[in-house]
Amino acid sequence: MSTITPDVVAAHQLSEAEYQKIVSLLGREPTYTELGIFSVMWSEHCSYKSSRLHLKKLPTRSHLVLQGPGENAGVIDIGDGYAIAFKIESHNHPSFIEPFQGAATGVGGILRDIFTMGARPIAVMDSLRFGPLDDPKAGERNRRILAGVVSGIAHYGNCFGVPTVGGECVFEPSYNGNPLVNVFALGVFRKDQIFYARASGVGNPVIYVGAKTGRDGIHGASMASAEFTEESKQKRPNVQVGDPFLEKLLLEACLEAMQTGAIVGIQDMGAAGLTCSTCEMGSRGCTGVEIDLQYVPQREAGMTPYEIMLSESQERMLLVAEKGREKEVFDIFRKWGLDAAIIGHVTADGLLRVKDHGVVVAEIPNGALADEAPLYDRPYTQPLRKAPMDGPANFSSHNLGADLETLLGSGDICSKRWIWEQYDYMVRTNTIQGPGGDAAIVRIKETGCSIAMALDGNGRYCALAPRQGTMLAVAECCRNLSTVGALPVAATNCLNFGNPERPEIMAQLVEAIEGLGEACRFFETPITGGNVSLYNETLGDAIDPTPVVGVVGLLKTGPPLTLDFKRPGISVVLLGGFGRCDARQFGSTQYAKVILNQVWGMPPELDMDYEKRVQAAMRKIAGQGLADSAHDLSDGGLAVAAAECCFGPAEVGARLHVTGDLAPEFLLFHEGPSRILISTSCPEQVLRIAQEYSVEAPVIGTTVEGQLQVSGPQGVFLDFPVQRLRLVWDRALERALKG
Amino acid sequence: MRFAVIVFPGSNCDHDAWYAISRNLGQTAEFVWHDSSSLGNADAVILPGGFSYGDYLRCGAIAKFSPVMKAVRRFAAEGGLVLGICNGFQILVETGLLPGALIRNRGLEFICRPVDLITVTTNSPFTSQSEPGKILSLPIAHGEGCYYADEHTLDELEAEDRVVFRYVNNPNGSLRDIAGILNRERNVMGLMPHPERATEPLMGSTDGLIIFESMVTALAVK
Repeated sequence: MSTITPDVVAAHQLSEAEYQKIVSLLGREPTYTELGIFSVMWSEHCSYKSSRLHLKKLPTRSHLVLQGPGENAGVIDIGDGYAIAFKIESHNHPSFIEPFQGAATGVGGILRDIFTMGARPIAVMDSLRFGPLDDPKAGERNRRILAGVVSGIAHYGNCFGVPTVGGECVFEPSYNGNPLVNVFALGVFRKDQIFYARASGVGNPVIYVGAKTGRDGIHGASMASAEFTEESKQKRPNVQVGDPFLEKLLLEACLEAMQTGAIVGIQDMGAAGLTCSTCEMGSRGCTGVEIDLQYVPQREAGMTPYEIMLSESQERMLLVAEKGREKEVFDIFRKWGLDAAIIGHVTADGLLRVKDHGVVVAEIPNGALADEAPLYDRPYTQPLRKAPMDGPANFSSHNLGADLETLLGSGDICSKRWIWEQYDYMVRTNTIQGPGGDAAIVRIKETGCSIAMALDGNGRYCALAPRQGTMLAVAECCRNLSTVGALPVAATNCLNFGNPERPEIMAQLVEAIEGLGEACRFFETPITGGNVSLYNETLGDAIDPTPVVGVVGLLKTGPPLTLDFKRPGISVVLLGGFGRCDARQFGSTQYAKVILNQVWGMPPELDMDYEKRVQAAMRKIAGQGLADSAHDLSDGGLAVAAAECCFGPAEVGARLHVTGDLAPEFLLFHEGPSRILISTSCPEQVLRIAQEYSVEAPVIGTTVEGQLQVSGPQGVFLDFPVQRLRLVWDRALERALKG
Repeated sequence: MRFAVIVFPGSNCDHDAWYAISRNLGQTAEFVWHDSSSLGNADAVILPGGFSYGDYLRCGAIAKFSPVMKAVRRFAAEGGLVLGICNGFQILVETGLLPGALIRNRGLEFICRPVDLITVTTNSPFTSQSEPGKILSLPIAHGEGCYYADEHTLDELEAEDRVVFRYVNNPNGSLRDIAGILNRERNVMGLMPHPERATEPLMGSTDGLIIFESMVTALAVK
């Protein structure tokens, strides 16, 4: 056994003060195994030690919330006796080191979080961020990472049998050395059949099921809590290998075992593996857990207690069963061909006691690991901000039409079909609206209700003003749901930031969390869980602060309201109006980024009260079946949204006229929020509803066959055959990837 | 009519097939576990999509050794209707109930999208209710759906009118645009697209019903 020197402590990414705290909690020096256990449980990834203090500011309750943060996933009541569980998780670090397996195991991890609660996963979405594919230095690597991540997600989700129904994919230079892979999953179950990760009932057996434990992924949680350096590549063995077929077996077997009533508590082994599952289950159940490692199924010989406790081998679950009913549980696992073993039992002493062939190798109070983790009030100053406040004094477009084409072919805006066609987005035949829409819709066959969901984040906005950027992300995510007629009811979030020990980064985090709380409170979408991913830096360069928000909403099951114009000759209404934008706010747009190649200023201004009214009006319009199509305005503003509405199978275009005293570039491309483009054959009724909510709703034109024309006070701005624009938009991503 | 839906541990379209048949077709569907050596009193068998035993080796390569496939082979030999969808088609070719092979898509990527199929023959219990030349819109979702066989086999399939569906825009490189084929006795069909995913308006298409309805018609005549 190694002796514990300051170097050993440092190698475990524990500070001297943290080590002293361990000594005082134990009343002695820890063993090497105990040190390893503390290091993973107290890592940023598992303990949220830098963010916990601020996360408390988030709203977490409503009359629909059955389970808020603190369990494996949040749970919402959807009526008729059913509930949904959902959460988002990051797998950023592993996906950079090994894109395919990193992304695949990210999907695996979040799926286990869902079915651990007893819910059957019915939808996955992913939020991806990479460096630009044409980056002069990192382009080739970025392309390889994107391709690897997408095929990893496809590999895992498709085989497991969960549809990947939506997501987002964004490119910014700040993700060159640190891509973001955030995966959201959602499952459904009866609300009287929720399972919790609690070890209760002294004497009850602790059962291990699933894959054998190997040496893979040791210290994954600590790796995810450090910056990238040149040596990071040597950490490739820290990335686990996923087996979606095994996970599928685990899903079916666990759900079947839960039906017997013999399961008391259950938790998956994700980050920090056996360590985390044993001590958290004990801590939540106010009990102790004693295990003997000789009974843990092992893939290779000669593993030390340290390695077994810290392994992050995938596709493993830990459960506590009712004593005397072990056989019922084992029969089910045998039916599904799974390894299962009793490795210990629940005790009354509140300790995590780990034995190896009867010899105690670790004995730690559960509370010390799970609840006594360090909590830091890290100092923060002003948020890091690199962009100037003001942009070019004068810019005017040479050709607005060419600008639109360029935007439609740019990374953030172009069609992501190449990505989502690699995902089986229809399996389970519940997908009412799949990828490519404003929000995905999945029906619940057991009730008459459907779930709408969307993911949104905007690192560019947040880099300019983290609080406003985060609030805009919440607003947009809710707007996405309202655009398809769904009422937003709850949210989850993944906070991707740099090193919190830098006060200017910590300030970004604090501002974002406060903005998130304020917006979620206002839009009545409590946060029921989520994930914080810090230290997203490579060689001291932090990513743009990137909070990703996932919102779920409810609507009645029925034909979806989609974004494409369906037929010529009907009115086009801009619900919410032309919006406002000044020269500073224009600096955060896609136009500034793509056409002017600069970013400056501030994000668009958000009037939350107005936004809420626009959304309420939209839901009423959708609910009454008054809209033929609806599409929310976001990246690229009105012109890009209008073009996207033309890309339906019928290629119906529009002739639009915009007004206002803004310059043409602003009129067409500004990204002011709270706006939705609707086509309708009953504009009077739409306008009446808009009036009811005191929302502007100019009729800006009519749909026509096959052509998009937009004019303004200064004349015709642009005029294109739809097909030409569509080809640019549709093929850009594949062209960027494959040349 | 009673449809047996075979469940391998890695099947993931088993429930979709069950739902399409029992809810949208109004017939009886029952799951049959892979280690069962009997199909009960099934009138027809569906081998659903998914990843049978993980399919890390070759799709369907392990499934052909499962106890239930012995029963399916016997059932087919006695003239019973067997429909293999996606992974089910892969299993049927591995088992030798259908000729040829399904290999990696030409573009090497998994593809999920609705595709148009042209009905080549209605001389089958799976398409009797369709019309020659009729276009059906059904989703595909596969990584290994490129139909491959030697020239002689392909000629034979065509000469014997055993190509049931062809892709209008070939998505995966299948030789001669083949999407679905019959055995010589015409009671076993393998199909890469998913008819069970097109059985009600909310799914975006109801064109898959015609295949199941043809099966019901054929069974009623029996």
